[in-house]
Amino acid sequence: MAFENLSERIQKALKNLTGKGKISEDDINKASREIRLALLEADVNFKVVKDFIKKIKKESLGKEVQESLNPGQQVIKIVNDELTKMMGETAVGLNKSKHIPTVIMMVGLQGTGKTTTVGKLAYHLQKKENARPLLIAGDIYRPAAVDQLKQIGDKLKVPVYSEANEKDVAKIVKDGLAQADKDKNDYVIIDTAGRLEIDEPLMEELERIKKVAQPDNILLVVDAMTGQAATDVAKGFDQRLDITGIVLTKLDGDTRGGAALSIRAVTGKPIIYTGEGEKLSDLENFHPDRMASRILGMGDMLTLIEKA
Amino acid sequence: GFGARLNKFFAQFRTVDEDFFDDLEELLIESDVGYETAEELTDELRDEAKLKKAKSRDELKQVIVQKLVDLYDKNGNSEDEKLIYRPDDKPNVYLFVGVNGAGKTTTIGKLAKRFKDQGKSVLLAAADTFRVGAVEQLEAWGKRVGVPVVTGKAQADPASVVYDATQRAIKEKADYLLVDTAGRLQNKKNLMNELEKIQRTIKKLLPDQPTETLLVLDGSTGQNALLQAKDFDKTTKLTGLVLTKLDGSSKGGVVLAIRNEMKLPVKLVGLGEKAGDLADFDAASYAIGLFHGLV
Ligand SMILES: Nc1nc2c(ncn2[C@@H]2O[C@H](COP(=O)(O)OP(=O)(O)OP(=O)(O)O)[C@@H](O)[C@H]2O)c(=O)[nH]1
Ligand SMILES: Nc1nc2c(ncn2[C@@H]2O[C@H](COP(=O)(O)OP(=O)(O)OP(=O)(O)O)[C@@H](O)[C@H]2O)c(=O)[nH]1
Ligand SMILES: [Mg+2]
Ligand SMILES: [Mg+2]
Repeated sequence: MAFENLSERIQKALKNLTGKGKISEDDINKASREIRLALLEADVNFKVVKDFIKKIKKESLGKEVQESLNPGQQVIKIVNDELTKMMGETAVGLNKSKHIPTVIMMVGLQGTGKTTTVGKLAYHLQKKENARPLLIAGDIYRPAAVDQLKQIGDKLKVPVYSEANEKDVAKIVKDGLAQADKDKNDYVIIDTAGRLEIDEPLMEELERIKKVAQPDNILLVVDAMTGQAATDVAKGFDQRLDITGIVLTKLDGDTRGGAALSIRAVTGKPIIYTGEGEKLSDLENFHPDRMASRILGMGDMLTLIEKA
Repeated sequence: GFGARLNKFFAQFRTVDEDFFDDLEELLIESDVGYETAEELTDELRDEAKLKKAKSRDELKQVIVQKLVDLYDKNGNSEDEKLIYRPDDKPNVYLFVGVNGAGKTTTIGKLAKRFKDQGKSVLLAAADTFRVGAVEQLEAWGKRVGVPVVTGKAQADPASVVYDATQRAIKEKADYLLVDTAGRLQNKKNLMNELEKIQRTIKKLLPDQPTETLLVLDGSTGQNALLQAKDFDKTTKLTGLVLTKLDGSSKGGVVLAIRNEMKLPVKLVGLGEKAGDLADFDAASYAIGLFHGLV
């Protein structure tokens, strides 16, 4: 898969334009094809790409080309600015409750990294705020899911609430919250089983948990390698649960991570954290600008333009 | 066969015109086939239709069907799609590899059940000594389907677990040894080296094994799956793919691109989380799945 750098491509497409002046419709059309290709190769959803290109066309048409840039560079700058804007310009944090505990609930498809992220978040809050979180094991389906969370709790010296033979997850969550009240934990982080957004009974279960827990944060955990279906998945979870934010995992891989843009576009909800590895310390605040250039596959060229 | 089923499928199509080709291309892209493959395929179909001077819409449909069948045949024959079992070569070792969370452990649990139900003796090796709860997860599957699991100490060298398991499988003349490995991203050099060492360990005891080295791919993965296939193939020569989570809203279209480029067959598909949710890959229904939205 030859991922030619987008800036190189646009430069090539607009090579014969020497005039400074204004960006013409013809320029934009030539550049559009390259932008479209780059975004699709990065796994941005097809419909999101369409809308994005429309926006870029409107934004660029008739725009003066800056003194220090050539037309190609000017278009790249517009694309990058617009993408960064869409990714959310500033970093967003967790919602804090007025009284303890602040409740965080993790949701998402199977295998995206929910349980791992519960541990990472607990570690992050311990480090940052000296927090005393309680973890609730709300996955009663996956073999050894409770074991997995318990071992994470052991590593962090953080209590894990679980019930061995209870079939009603909402009840486990309710009991866990009562425990947290008693022990005055300042955070409660709820792990839930992975599920498909089209799985009616399991989506209902999440609604019941939400009702019981009244979480301040519902975080949708998304694998950064997800392809075109990212929009359906995000929409599915958001419509049922009104999620408050997103965690994008496995960004330590070599995926371009276009799913980030798709999810932002369909939910409008902020990406709060990124997962950058399997260790408990591998959690980072989200950087919209870095994500934008990652999706575009742009390196040094971008820093050059940013300085202009 | 494939052609007949596609024929039947296309018989229910709405009118085929220029819009049809645009829709076709969009549909393929939205199935994660990838822009290049989608464009190529659509162009070929369009050209083919012109070349054959298809006059009526029915003729056009015929041309497309034929083209798809050709394309499918060109990429290997259905014989490769079956899991290999060599009765004289016990134990048949299957090595499962893939990125984090793809479905390796679950697929092993499901496959163990299938083999067990066929009356075969099966042994599992818990060579994911890294992720917390991974050994317990495989043990739970072993218990569920009634198959023994060889484990090592937590954080032990995974190759040593594989060594022990292979020796035991030889001694017990097991039909199958299924080896679970830790999830790893293909760009992590040291983890990929560890995987290579696992395969080498198997070969030390059984030079003709593993019979199958299967890359487990999450069906919702986008274009990164191609890089996964290439890098895992480089490290531990792959014999096939397992495509999981096809019960979701993804169609696993990237497999078409992998098949085009690497000729790797898909051998199994995962259709849920239960022990029975495993099926052999069927190219025709997969292809029809890709075009589903166009009916
Ligand atoms: N490389 C990498 N691996 C990750 C990251 N986050 C999670 N993982 C791995 O992804 C796999 C799945 O993680 P889990 O936390 O079990 O995922 P889950 O969403 O809880 O899975 P289910 O409960 O089965 O739905 C494990 O191998 C994790 O170690 C990340 O940011 N980077
Ligand atoms: N819906 C659905 N879920 C699946 C399928 N296969 C696996 N899963 C789920 O995906 C999640 C991850 O599966 P695992 O088998 O733990 O994946 P893995 O590749 O072993 O993960 P690591 O060892 O952490 O890298 C679990 O929640 C499984 O139940 C499938 O075909 N359909
Ligand atoms: Mg989990
Ligand atoms: Mg596993």
